[in-house]
Amino acid sequence: MASIDTDAGSLVIRRARRSRRRTPWGTVVLLVAPFLVVYVAFLIYPQVRVILLSFTNADIAGVGSWVGTANYVRLWKDPIFWQSLWHTVYFIILTVVPNTLIGLVFGLVVVRQSAWLRGIVLVLLFLPYVLPVGVVTQIYLWVLSAAYGIVNYIFDVKVNWFQDPRWAMPSVAFVTIWWTVGFNMLLFIAGLEAIPREYYEAASLDGASGGLRTFRFITWPLVWPVTSLVFVLQLVLQWKIFDQVYLLTNGGPFNRTLVVIMYMYQQAFTRAKGGYASTIAFALFVVILVTSLVQVRLLRFRSDA
Amino acid sequence: MTARRNPLAASVLALVSVAIGLVWVFPLYWAVNTSLTVDQKTAQIPPSWFPSPLIFDAFTYVVKNTAIVRWYINSVLTSVVIAASVLLLTTMCGYALSQLRFRGRQAVFLAVLAGFMIPVATTIVPLFMFINKLGLVNTYWGVILPQLAAWGPIAVVIYKQFYDQVPKELSDAARMDGAADPRILFRLFLPLNWGITWALALCLFIWSWNNFFWPFIVVSQTPMMTIPVGITQVQSWYGIAYPRQMASAVLAALPTVVLFVIFQRRVTQGVALTSGIK
Repeated sequence: MASIDTDAGSLVIRRARRSRRRTPWGTVVLLVAPFLVVYVAFLIYPQVRVILLSFTNADIAGVGSWVGTANYVRLWKDPIFWQSLWHTVYFIILTVVPNTLIGLVFGLVVVRQSAWLRGIVLVLLFLPYVLPVGVVTQIYLWVLSAAYGIVNYIFDVKVNWFQDPRWAMPSVAFVTIWWTVGFNMLLFIAGLEAIPREYYEAASLDGASGGLRTFRFITWPLVWPVTSLVFVLQLVLQWKIFDQVYLLTNGGPFNRTLVVIMYMYQQAFTRAKGGYASTIAFALFVVILVTSLVQVRLLRFRSDA
Repeated sequence: MTARRNPLAASVLALVSVAIGLVWVFPLYWAVNTSLTVDQKTAQIPPSWFPSPLIFDAFTYVVKNTAIVRWYINSVLTSVVIAASVLLLTTMCGYALSQLRFRGRQAVFLAVLAGFMIPVATTIVPLFMFINKLGLVNTYWGVILPQLAAWGPIAVVIYKQFYDQVPKELSDAARMDGAADPRILFRLFLPLNWGITWALALCLFIWSWNNFFWPFIVVSQTPMMTIPVGITQVQSWYGIAYPRQMASAVLAALPTVVLFVIFQRRVTQGVALTSGIK
């Protein structure tokens, strides 16, 4: 009898636990549904719809009929699409490595300061990152303007930075780095501060106090995980370049800075080809997805190591 | 990391660092300098390095002759609503994913994580069609709703992580006292995490204030524009008057710059949080 009593007791306890573990549906719906509805309606649904649209000849209102793979055949043969893809790759090449390295240098500059200077230097270097892109481009259209721009005056040149076919993309890349490098600097500061101080003390006891040597053998290897993180974050991010190009060069001169999202934008909103624009968008989505998967693999590799 | 070097080397390093910082923000100084001068002076060689005398004509012109005040109101309104709504929606969802036990919890979490894989830029076309069908083009809701979805996933994940770390004894005790889940969330979990909530709020405000692409797509009427879109879209109003352009740029940048300078630590904490480095 005693054993049955205990069983009954534990059953009651288990019931009580279970009823506490399973939350009533009313509560779950109340807490989860508001976000989920917005999220599904304005992020998941458009992503699914972009795939469906890519097989239609829809206009910008979304009205059109099924055309099978015609858009994809057209995309494959569209020289301007390949051009825009190459321009995006060119932009990535121009920004990703400098943005990572300058971020590291700035991070080093900040962490080596005495406490009171640190805040000032950090604010100065991070400030551009909190500016709206439109402000950044307005400022650079003036600072780098051909006739009276201060940069041309200081270096005594007459380059039309955003209209010269050779300089347009590097100029857009430079503005992008100026604007966004503060973000990378923050990640590097976190990484650099995580390096135990004892390592540097041990190194200086061993006589390796030269800045370059400690950097080569302590800082660089220990901050490498952050370096690779920043690198791949940039890689994924920069595929989506649009704002700066649109505002600085509008894709010109002679389509020299036409990037993929810009081409999608033109097809959709100036030529009302919603279907073909969706095909371009989905192609870019696949490219970004593949890059992200490589990123996930790399980061997992990092955490295993 | 601050090694004990000789004082000379330290002060040289300090000088060089400050010099780098000043060169880096020089374009900003130049914008302010130009905004405080007159048109004729911008075509002068050599240029004048300081705004003297201080002339505020460009600012008064911009405020009087463009819709900049209206854009300001639009931006403040949409950014505040976006930041507040994202925090409210995601703190609830993050709490549910962290503390509640229900069928499909894992599925919801995976669905939210999938959001990280979706670049908003590539969904702009169907998003515009959808907002258009809802009749929300050129409205505040049209600007706001998609941004809630875009910035939600990362906030949900951050809240879930922080709520996972709240000691179980605390929520058990609250439950023993008969508190329901919404009450536990808003009276216990959220107050325990005011720090990250504030950091997230600042970041969300700055991001939505600065957002260009979506507000640019969904708004075509001048009075409904947000400020970063407005100042780039109505340049023809200024001609090539650089002081006026710089004055409008300075005005557009002011709120985020002021917020950042005052709440520097919180903003950088928020940026680090949302980037995945804690």
